[in-house]
Amino acid sequence: MIDNPNGTADLADGGDAALEAALRSSAAALPDAPSPELDERIAERAAGEELLDVAYATVDSPLGRLVVAATPRGLVRVAYTESATDAGVLEELARKVSPRILEAPARLDAARRELDEYFEGRRTQFELPLDWELTRGFTSRVLQATARIAFGSTSTYAEVATQAGSPRAVRAAGNALGANPLPVVVPCHRVLRTGGGIGGYTGGLERKEYLLRLEGVLV
Amino acid sequence: MKLPPFQALLDEHRVEVYRFCVATAGRAEADDCFQETWIAALRAYPKLRRADNLRAWLLRIAHNKAMDLHRSRGRRPVPVESVPEPARAPTAPELAADDEPELWAAVRDLPPKQRTAVFCRTVLGMPYAELARLLESSEDAARRNVFEGLRTLREGWTP
Repeated sequence: MIDNPNGTADLADGGDAALEAALRSSAAALPDAPSPELDERIAERAAGEELLDVAYATVDSPLGRLVVAATPRGLVRVAYTESATDAGVLEELARKVSPRILEAPARLDAARRELDEYFEGRRTQFELPLDWELTRGFTSRVLQATARIAFGSTSTYAEVATQAGSPRAVRAAGNALGANPLPVVVPCHRVLRTGGGIGGYTGGLERKEYLLRLEGVLV
Repeated sequence: MKLPPFQALLDEHRVEVYRFCVATAGRAEADDCFQETWIAALRAYPKLRRADNLRAWLLRIAHNKAMDLHRSRGRRPVPVESVPEPARAPTAPELAADDEPELWAAVRDLPPKQRTAVFCRTVLGMPYAELARLLESSEDAARRNVFEGLRTLREGWTP
């Protein structure tokens, strides 16, 4: 028997091309997509049934668009990227946290509000719970030391390395800051070179300078 | 097991799943069918062992949800599929090519497997191997479901 599913199949289907064409064309008149509110209801129900491991949203900021993501434990990721599908942000979260990820802006209302207030100069400290799941070991210690640097003040790579328990690991501290999964909220922009050089920044030096100006460190 | 982010699945298959729900569960039940399908899929997702052919996996869930909805609303008894077709005439008096809702109302009156088979084959152009997987049947059985469904529809249909 010749295996030709598409050729012989049409005859096996009954061969009524007109009926099939009518079904196809009438299907084109079926509504394509549910209302956006239905997506929100699904995300909320998923959260209520503890099926939503990562919720994310996009937030507009003076630094461009940010993707913010949270687990039930707290904010887990802030990324400088135009959309969540860019730059593999969601793929990274799926791999390292959980593939149960949905866009759920309502779940990130608090994060969005605090970020808005910060960028408008009305907030000097973030109060959001943080989930450090994407950090490990030395990186985690460097970033937790960084999280304690107050608004408007700065530290150095050498200092955060010391606070993380490895005074000589200055370069590794720089790498840890470059891998910060929570920029802005964990203020790696407040870490400068010893001697006052601005150092590097994953989001680009312009963003680092903007944040330091916002906090009154740079004039 | 490396699974794509669930949102990517929702973005990629939202339209197909929704149209499947409208066509098989009916317009009034489509939103419920859609919601139940995605919640059930999200629940089962981390345990999924293969990430290929997620469309068949999703539409299998939607097929079951559409059946549940038909059953729970008690609108009509679910036909037993092993009984040979006594050529159930579509309920609409006369189906015309330009009368789209009636044609789909007739599709909804088909036994569940035939309903799903007719939609997937004619609208999505789904290969029989995929349809067989969706229906958890052999390819021959999938073919028969399409054939029987179209035969019933043709009996009540005038081009």
